[in-house]
Amino acid sequence: MFRWVYIAVSVVLVFSAILVAGCGGGSGIDVGGSTTVQPLAEKWASAYQEADVTVSGGGSSAGVKGVAESIFDIGAISRDLKSDETDKWPELVPYGVAYDGVAIVVHPSNPINNLSLEEVRDIFASGSSSTWTVVSREEGSGTRETFENKVMGEEEISASAEFLPSNGSIKQKVATTSNAIGYLSLGYVDDDVKAVAVDGVACSTDTVRGGSYPIARTLYFVTKGEAEGDILDFINFCLSTEGQQIVEGQGYISIR
Amino acid sequence: MKSRYLADHAAKRLVFMLGLSAFLILVLIAIFIFREGFPAFQELGLSLFGTKWYPSRDAFGIATMIVGSVVVTMLALAMAVPLALGCAIFLAEVAPPRVREFARPAVELLVGIPSVVYGLVGLVVLLPMIADISGRGSGSSVLAASIVLAIMVLPTVTSISEDSIRAVPPQYREAALAMGATRWQTIRCVLLPAARSGIIAAIILGTGRAIGETMAMVMVIGNSPIFPDSIFSPARTLTGNIAVEISHATGTHASALFATGAVLFVMVMIINGIGLIAYRRMAR
Repeated sequence: MFRWVYIAVSVVLVFSAILVAGCGGGSGIDVGGSTTVQPLAEKWASAYQEADVTVSGGGSSAGVKGVAESIFDIGAISRDLKSDETDKWPELVPYGVAYDGVAIVVHPSNPINNLSLEEVRDIFASGSSSTWTVVSREEGSGTRETFENKVMGEEEISASAEFLPSNGSIKQKVATTSNAIGYLSLGYVDDDVKAVAVDGVACSTDTVRGGSYPIARTLYFVTKGEAEGDILDFINFCLSTEGQQIVEGQGYISIR
Repeated sequence: MKSRYLADHAAKRLVFMLGLSAFLILVLIAIFIFREGFPAFQELGLSLFGTKWYPSRDAFGIATMIVGSVVVTMLALAMAVPLALGCAIFLAEVAPPRVREFARPAVELLVGIPSVVYGLVGLVVLLPMIADISGRGSGSSVLAASIVLAIMVLPTVTSISEDSIRAVPPQYREAALAMGATRWQTIRCVLLPAARSGIIAAIILGTGRAIGETMAMVMVIGNSPIFPDSIFSPARTLTGNIAVEISHATGTHASALFATGAVLFVMVMIINGIGLIAYRRMAR
C-alpha cells in the first residue's frame, strides 16, 4: 500500500520540478512574435552569453499583444506598429534591429525578369487564371501586411489566390508550379525560385538598405517602456557589429 | 463482507465520475467555442454567412468555406464508400483466411498514419499529376483534397463495415446458401441488409472524420475562399480557415474564427443526428 503512495508522491515531485525548471525563474529574456524575425532572434539568442534568451513565434500581432501584456520581455514584429496598437498601448517602444525586403518570386523557368509595381498589383488583384497561379500569405502575416501596404494600396488580393501559412510553403509552391507568382521574405530567397526586379530594381541587400527597392520593411524589437538592464544589453548586442553580422548571415539586411 | 461492499460502491462511483467527466469535457468545450464566437455572431449577424472573407477589410463571410467543406466531404465519401464496402465484403466473406490475416491489420494500420503524412503525399505526388491533367496552376484543388480525404476515411469505413458484416449470425448465411442462393446473392440480399445499421454507422463516422480533417486539407486544397466552380478549382474548408489564420488573429477576426468552429460543431452535430436517426430506423 505504502509503495503506491511513494510512487504517487515521487511522480508529483518530479513533475513540479520540471514545471519549476521550465518557468526558469526571472533571469531569462523572453522574445516572441513574428515568424520572420524568429530564425534571426534564435541565432542572436544562441550567440548571446550574458543571459538566457528564449524565442517563440506566433506572429507580429501576437508579439505586440504579448509584450504589452508582459508575457514577453521583447515582442518581435516584422511591420510598423499600427495606430490602433500605439493608441491602446502608448508605452510600447520599437527598436529597429534589421531590414528585410519582400521579394516578388516566380518559377525559375519563367522568362519574366522585371515587373512594375502596377503589374504586380494587377496580377494579385485579378487572382489565379490560366496565365498565373497567384500565391499569397494568410491574413495577419507581417510579410503580407508589408506587401499590401507597399503594393496593393486600396486594392485587395483576389480570393482566387492560393493562401499558404508560411514563407516555407510559399517557396515550395512557387518552386514546383511553373506559372506561380508569390512574395517571400528576402531571407528565404534562393535558387529554387526567381526573384524578379520591381520597377527595374532587383531585390538585394544593397537596394533594400539604400531605399531604392520599393517593398521593404524594418524588423523591430518592441519593449514595454524604454528598454533597460538585461533587455537593453541584449538589444545592444543585436545592434552591435557581431549582432549585425548574424543578420547578414541569415539573409536579412543589417541596419547600419 | 462490508469492505467488499464498500469497494464495489467506490468503484461504481469512480466509474460514474469518469463517465461524467468525458461528457463534461465535451460540454465545456462547446460552451467555450460558442462563448468565444459569440461576439462575432453579435457584431456581424447574418453577414457572417456572406460570401467574402477578407478580415483586414472587415469582411467575415464563411459561406464559401461551408460549401467547400460540404463539397469536399461528399466527393470523398462518394469515392471512399464503394471502395470501402467492396473491401469490407472481400475481407469478411471472400478472402481466404491467410489473406485476411494479413490484410485486416494492414487496413487498420492506415488509421494510425498521421494526417500530415497523407497531406505530404498528396502535395508531392497528387498535385503535380492533377496540375498536368487540368492544365491549371499548381494542382491544389477540390479533387486533390477529396482524394486525400477518401484515402483517409477508407480504413475507418472498411473496418467498421467489415465488423458488422461478420457480426451477422451465421444461420442467415447458411439458410440463404441452403435455399440455393449464390454467394453474391447471399451477400447482396441477406448479409448487406442485415449489416446495414453497422454500415450506416461506419459511413457517419467516416463523414465526421472527413469534415473535421484539417492539416492534410490545408496542404492540398489551396485555401482560396471562393466557391469552387469545378473539381479542379481550389477552395477553403472551415477547418482550414481556422488553422491557417488563428495564430495571427485578434479581436473580431479571432472571434469570427471561433464562430467558424461553432458552425462546424453544429454541422457535425446535425450529421451525427441524421446518422443516429438513420441507424435507429435501419436497426428496427
